[in-house]
Amino acid sequence: MKAFSTITGIAVPFLEDDVNTDQIAPIPTKRSLKPDYREMFFHRARRLGDDTLNPDQVFNRPQFASPSILVAGRNFGCGSSREGAVWTMQAVGIHVLIARSIADLYRENCLQNGLLPIELPDDKASDIEQRVSAANGRAPFTVDLVTQMISGPGGADIHFDISAADRMRLLEGLDDIGLSLKHEAAIAAFESNMKQTSPWLQRALRAPGTEPKI
Amino acid sequence: MNTSQKPRTMFDRIWDAHYVATRIDGRDLVYIDRHVLHDLHAPHAFEKLASAARAVRRPDLTFSMQDHTVATKPGRDENTNPDGAHFQRAMREGSQRNGIRIFDLGDPEQGISHVVAPELGLVLPGSMHAVPDSHACTVGGLGAIGLGCGTSELEHILATQTIALKRPKTMRIWLDGHLRPGVGAKDVSLKIIAALGTAVGRGYAIEFAGPIAQALSVEARLTLCNMTIEMGARSGFIAPDDKVFAYLEGRPYMPRGAEWEMARAQWLGLASDEHAVFDKEHRVDCGDLAPQITWGTDQSQTISITEKLPALPQEADARLKMERAFAYMGLEPDTPVQGVKVDRVFIGSCTNARLSDLRMAASMVKGKRVHEGVTAMVVPGSTSVKRAAEQEGLDRIFKEAGFFWGESGCSMCAGGNGDRGRPQERIVSTTNRNFEGRQGKGVRTHLAGPELAAACALAGHIADPRDYLERA
Ligand code: SF4
Repeated sequence: MKAFSTITGIAVPFLEDDVNTDQIAPIPTKRSLKPDYREMFFHRARRLGDDTLNPDQVFNRPQFASPSILVAGRNFGCGSSREGAVWTMQAVGIHVLIARSIADLYRENCLQNGLLPIELPDDKASDIEQRVSAANGRAPFTVDLVTQMISGPGGADIHFDISAADRMRLLEGLDDIGLSLKHEAAIAAFESNMKQTSPWLQRALRAPGTEPKI
Repeated sequence: MNTSQKPRTMFDRIWDAHYVATRIDGRDLVYIDRHVLHDLHAPHAFEKLASAARAVRRPDLTFSMQDHTVATKPGRDENTNPDGAHFQRAMREGSQRNGIRIFDLGDPEQGISHVVAPELGLVLPGSMHAVPDSHACTVGGLGAIGLGCGTSELEHILATQTIALKRPKTMRIWLDGHLRPGVGAKDVSLKIIAALGTAVGRGYAIEFAGPIAQALSVEARLTLCNMTIEMGARSGFIAPDDKVFAYLEGRPYMPRGAEWEMARAQWLGLASDEHAVFDKEHRVDCGDLAPQITWGTDQSQTISITEKLPALPQEADARLKMERAFAYMGLEPDTPVQGVKVDRVFIGSCTNARLSDLRMAASMVKGKRVHEGVTAMVVPGSTSVKRAAEQEGLDRIFKEAGFFWGESGCSMCAGGNGDRGRPQERIVSTTNRNFEGRQGKGVRTHLAGPELAAACALAGHIADPRDYLERA
């Protein structure tokens, strides 16, 4: 995973509440093992009833053609745990999500993939929402994970909170599995202990004669 | 591990018993006892694992299920849904390559993972059970902690048999009252969401307790816990009791003999201590609960079948959200919900497609006909459920009434197998999500329990199932 430090780029406002993962990355009618995540990005929201692109939809406006930061409302990413809903954001170049709140699984999926999820309290959120809307893609914003600051036109820098652990994970771009495998010995010890205390958990064998007669 | 004498919640007990280590990023590594994969997300993880040259640590604790992309048409094979074929093939190959038992198409125990795992006894009370589908929480009905995970987490579990998590806070939702005929676990779950919202559980693991949780049958508990993710929580569960043990005893993957007795003794000690402190408590009165139905595009937009649709609120934001839902659903504020014409009825999914659900629906449908112009489908949650239903003759009841009787899979729940509605079609569905476009572009989904759905199929419009119960 790539390490994250600072991103400067266009911020796009999409201020609806309760945006779910089906909206962010609708499952295409033709499923594929290697879907086009760029194409999938808010696929339905970006289209009109007759399937043509809606030129007025914010993601279709030319000034937001390559956004780096998405500013969202409350409970962003609710619904299914589909991780494609993070990959689709990254496919269009978004590396930072700023929202009033973010659904748990979605936030976790962001961290897994190196996308910085920022939750802001209401006063700071309305400030950044107004400024991003006013900038309208004409001037970039900067999100600095080292100093935990958001800066950009229209006002003072905004400090954001993130847990030290999440911050470090993003800053160092830690490979998640590698990080856990450092605890290989603890996992093995856990397993041998579990074999003593609750052996049925460490063994998933089928009892003979329980195959169904069709 | 927590060794103090402080009263503990059931969640604390299970978490502590599965704690392996704390990573430097502050997350706990928590051991996964059973990991059930499915065709939509596992192929990608298999591929990533192979490219990183990592092995599956415990193929013996991992099981594969073909459910999301499989066709439901009788006589199906993998090519019946051409879009699903490559997922199913990749799933089969990945499972075989890694030595994982797969419940493939044609297997007498294939089905939706959250339905099959309990049936087979792959779910153990007090265990950590992970599935790369957010409705993994279903298995909480048996007293296990279900963890829905993303694709990266799935890969992580395959490689380490653990998941890296921040410990959630604990919540108890106390359910008061007792349920009347025609009202079931689905209605309770929708009522909770209507009362507390779709985000109440964010950051929490929810324990359902109180007279209703205790009174529910095991299958009904699975339905209630299935809906936990729609309350915003990853896991929800009910303390296991004799009902659960009776349900599990003798199932294929359950311990037997002396080991069963040992396990049972441990499981009896799982329940939260009397004075355990939860981070948050809620109480929902389900005393005179009527059948519930969603009218909008999230599950909090739920009303009783006897109520009118809500009037528009004054407050601008709430009003806008509601107007949008009304427009999408093609409904008018402040009008009765009963009588709204229905195009399609779907009885299926990991929420409501177990044998007891099908029995309830069949008892209402028996000897009657699906209303003209309504397309009605029943898709059993597993091949075992299908077989059991057929042994009881439920398939004939449904077919004679004009229902389609399908092969098991997720089907119209997310439409991943091509079973979808048409734009503007109104569907009464026993599934779990009524989001815009979930069952097909422009499709208008109303969530409800199997009895209400069956009543709508007969009436041709949204109807109160109790009208049919009384006449039955
Ligand atoms: S039935 Fe629906 S919710 Fe359940 S596992 Fe399948 S797609 Fe997921």
